[in-house]
Amino acid sequence: MTSVIVNGEPHELTAGATVEAAVRAAGVAADGRGVAVALDGEVVPRGQWATTELRDGQRLEVLHAVQGGA
Amino acid sequence: MLEIAGRSFESRMILGTGGFRNLEVMADAARASGAELATVAMRRVDPSARGSIVDVLEDAGLEVLPNTAGCFTARDAVTTAKLAREALATDWVKLEVIGDDRTLLPDPAELLDAAETLVTDGFTVLPYTSDDPVLARRLEDAGCAAVMPLGSPIGSGMGINNPYNLNLIVEAARVPVILDAGIGTASDAVLAMEAGCDGVLLASAISRAADPPAMARAMRKAVEAGHEARRAGRIPRRRYARASSPEEGLAELEDAERERLLPGSGA
Repeated sequence: MTSVIVNGEPHELTAGATVEAAVRAAGVAADGRGVAVALDGEVVPRGQWATTELRDGQRLEVLHAVQGGA
Repeated sequence: MLEIAGRSFESRMILGTGGFRNLEVMADAARASGAELATVAMRRVDPSARGSIVDVLEDAGLEVLPNTAGCFTARDAVTTAKLAREALATDWVKLEVIGDDRTLLPDPAELLDAAETLVTDGFTVLPYTSDDPVLARRLEDAGCAAVMPLGSPIGSGMGINNPYNLNLIVEAARVPVILDAGIGTASDAVLAMEAGCDGVLLASAISRAADPPAMARAMRKAVEAGHEARRAGRIPRRRYARASSPEEGLAELEDAERERLLPGSGA
């Protein structure tokens, strides 16, 4: 198992799980449209979600646009 | 036309989307405002959220302009801008780096640092800045596509607290000046445009009004009225009246009575 923090919540994923699996675990639709990911503070481009494996203790932020501004 | 970074916009208003009760009211107000750009913030996904703000704005004919609201460091703001670019496929960003919780005033040092980094990285940077003419110049020199000085703190509705500084910024700027934050009602937007701003960015004045679509219409007219008045050239202020009817050809009717009321008037 790989223990990661996704949007502040602990998640247990199977060993070798990728960013893509974690994004799904956060409840995002498969195409990931309108969503961006930071892994330990660094942006992971969508093209690398399926190939970026997660390690224990990593923190993932999965963001999208919401109402905001002035 | 408002031109920013080589793009033209019919509307001189940028709509902030914070504070609307729901997406339906926001869409109605967005249409009524005539705005073509609307800011959005980047936050953690909420699987229970209903509807996508990006889709709603696009249906209403607006493009999204992501902001970095909530960031207190240059580093966080730069990362947030990159996340927005990834999520929304735009390299435009309304850059906010806040330095104080209570007033939400910008942190000038972090703001300039973030602006330099993002410009180097290819972003079109629209920085929310304090009403400091020197900082505005530094942001412009850093390659920002516009400068967006505050009128007064975000959501305060206090209008333009320092018209003198705003005038100095407008006089010196070679990029568009967009008044950002502080507008409370239509007259504030008129004053900003009469001062020579190229546009205004507002949200709370519309989104928290009792009738947001009606206020959006009022703001649209205010921005247009202020811009046209500026271009038309206002009359100078005078201390005394200047007769608007000719004095020549005035009938001499009651000299004695006039001398009694206005002694020494030459009657």
